[in-house]
Amino acid sequence: MTVESTAARKPRRSAGTTAAKSGASTTGTKSAASKRTSAAGKKSPGVPGAPGASGPGPELVQLLTPEGERVKDATYDPYVADITPEELRGLYRDMVLTRRFDAEATSLQRQGELGLWASLLGQEAAQIGSGRATREDDYVFPTYREHGVAWCRGVDPTNLLGMFRGVNNGGWDPNSNNFHLYTIVIGSQTLHATGYAMGVAKDGADSAVIAYFGDGASSQGDVAESFTFSAVYNAPVVFFCQNNQWAISEPTEKQTRVPLYQRAQGYGFPGVRVDGNDVIACLAVTKWALERARRGEGPTLVEAYTYRMGAHTTSDDPTKYRADEERESWEAKDPILRLRAYLEASNHADEGFFAELEAESEALGKRVREVVRAMPDPDHFAIFENVYADGHALVDEERAQFAAYQASFADEGEGK
Amino acid sequence: MAAEKMALAKAINESLRTALDTDPKVLIMGEDVGKLGGVFRVTDGLQKDFGEDRVIDTPLAESGIVGTAIGLALRGYRPVVEIQFDGFVFPAYDQIVTQLAKMHARALGKIKLPVVIRIPYGGGIGAVEHHSESPEALFAHVAGLKVVSPSNASDAYWMMQQAIQSDDPVIFFEPKRRYWDKGEVTTDAIPGPLHKAVVARAGSDLTLAAYGPMVKVCLEAAAAAQEEGKSIEVLDLRSMSPIDFDSVQASVEKTRRLVVVHEAPVFLGTGAEIAARITERCFYHLEAPVLRVGGYHAPYPPARLEEEYLPGLDRVLDAVDRSLAY
Ligand SMILES: Cc1ncc(C[n+]2csc(CCOP(=O)(O)OP(=O)(O)O)c2C)c(N)n1
Repeated sequence: MTVESTAARKPRRSAGTTAAKSGASTTGTKSAASKRTSAAGKKSPGVPGAPGASGPGPELVQLLTPEGERVKDATYDPYVADITPEELRGLYRDMVLTRRFDAEATSLQRQGELGLWASLLGQEAAQIGSGRATREDDYVFPTYREHGVAWCRGVDPTNLLGMFRGVNNGGWDPNSNNFHLYTIVIGSQTLHATGYAMGVAKDGADSAVIAYFGDGASSQGDVAESFTFSAVYNAPVVFFCQNNQWAISEPTEKQTRVPLYQRAQGYGFPGVRVDGNDVIACLAVTKWALERARRGEGPTLVEAYTYRMGAHTTSDDPTKYRADEERESWEAKDPILRLRAYLEASNHADEGFFAELEAESEALGKRVREVVRAMPDPDHFAIFENVYADGHALVDEERAQFAAYQASFADEGEGK
Repeated sequence: MAAEKMALAKAINESLRTALDTDPKVLIMGEDVGKLGGVFRVTDGLQKDFGEDRVIDTPLAESGIVGTAIGLALRGYRPVVEIQFDGFVFPAYDQIVTQLAKMHARALGKIKLPVVIRIPYGGGIGAVEHHSESPEALFAHVAGLKVVSPSNASDAYWMMQQAIQSDDPVIFFEPKRRYWDKGEVTTDAIPGPLHKAVVARAGSDLTLAAYGPMVKVCLEAAAAAQEEGKSIEVLDLRSMSPIDFDSVQASVEKTRRLVVVHEAPVFLGTGAEIAARITERCFYHLEAPVLRVGGYHAPYPPARLEEEYLPGLDRVLDAVDRSLAY
């Protein structure tokens, strides 16, 4: 039953409180750096043989240069050796459509159709490369920005929008695509992934688990504990850290003084830094890590070195903390342009392919707009749904009170 | 500075600024509190003026933020930490409950922990999961912590001053949906004690007791009831630990009726405690049972349902009617 508006009772207030936003001034400020903290905040002074925490460093695995040239890598090439032109076009298509979906969601937020949006702009290669490396029976634990991974798992992208529109707190059945719900409390899901992987191992299954998180999340205790547990129990889990350089306004240097992938060493499993804007490298490295997990060799930390090109979320104001030049320098490493250059140079795609994709992209945008606008508000009684699996007397009582209260509006209206 | 009209968030900003200015031991810590000025801009401009040594962007680790603040306090500092949103305090809950709250007693009173934990809390801003909760009862239940929440700009300024000056840990709940509400702040007036409730509006037929974001709703309810000829007193509790039961009692002895309003779930909440105590203290004065209006025993709902979940004017007036009907 849906309760109609409360108008019948003549509410003694104007309905609806003003939704306030967290935005504020856009003035940028330069911080007065003090000696001591700025030393800690500076680029890593250099652990011997290690690149600074902020630079990509020589260990970066790359199979496709920013100019779109294919480069060789003895360790990881075997994982993409048999990739077909069609599959390459598929990766390109995934990235283009994901970017389009993301752009549409951003506009929908601006138009007031979504309360908030966390854009993945710039991180398409990290997500599509790793997402396409997973097998159907693998299980994925995302954070809140993994729209590209969701796409790879076959989750209808419009399902991702419900929680951002405020009509639900999830929006999909995690088991139908082995794609868990988005997790907002930073780092929590890495422990869930580890536990799930421990279960997979106990069951003797050969599937693997992948957990996504950000560079900021690497500071959370849960992430450290998930590293410990997964190492000790040799859990088949891949930790996929998208280092997009920022945790809202804080650069990676505020989280670590060594490159993040090196953290794995202390826990006793391998860590790899991959060019997160290189979809082929992300695919290869993640495949390698997932296969290790399947073979019973335990966890791996993959650090995809990438960049968040947009704001943290639509309520963020990046002009307060980062320079335009930084974004511009990363635009030159755009994951989509890079693969396009390669596809064109190697004659793996023709004009027809790109034109068709453009049309498909338009259609996706249109569908997303339509679905979102038509998304109904939830039934009022949804508040009381699924609070407990077996029911609960207090919830039942409160639901009845709520129903009586709602009905009181209608009754009075009719009585008058 | 004398009297000035400012938003509640700005009042806290000014209060923090005053504290940083007057006491070199005061530190601000948290995620994004520096350059960005916090996601609500409550710490806007502070790092620029006081430097990164005093306004510290921390790693993204709440347990780490509170745990290190405890250490800094042991060393003589007065950290004021920001938890970005209500739902994210839980990674730090262990540090707050097992360490921060108990250390003073365990040290036979020999050490002090003047840590303020600022938490923007409550709903009404259309946010996603974990950004709208009211977990104050979970903290008020823990001995060793003080729990307060201002409802207006002036209190925000002064209560923050008092919280920072307190030698006890204070959980400072900031009503985030009131951040942009403006009010007169008189920075040279001498305020009442931190834990004293105040009569926000005098009345004689019934007392509405609330704190933080619900005070405004109760004032609106009282104004609406006035039009129907009912005289409602609104008590702004300001503090949930300790609770100023004397002020509640005095009001109830006058009005004989009490309705407690908060956003947090009613079950085992602050209102339950007030109802029990006031029943004990004012049994022969009460004309009606103490009623409570608040959230349901359900997870905080998605934004499109929060209007149903949060106590609004009508639900408060409904409880007023029920109480007066006894
Ligand atoms: C426990 C917790 N603390 C704070 C927040 C608020 N918050 C949301 S996203 C974010 C930054 C996360 O940065 P990172 O882990 O690098 O991921 P990214 O958003 O850059 O992908 C913060 C502080 C949160 N969601 N959870």
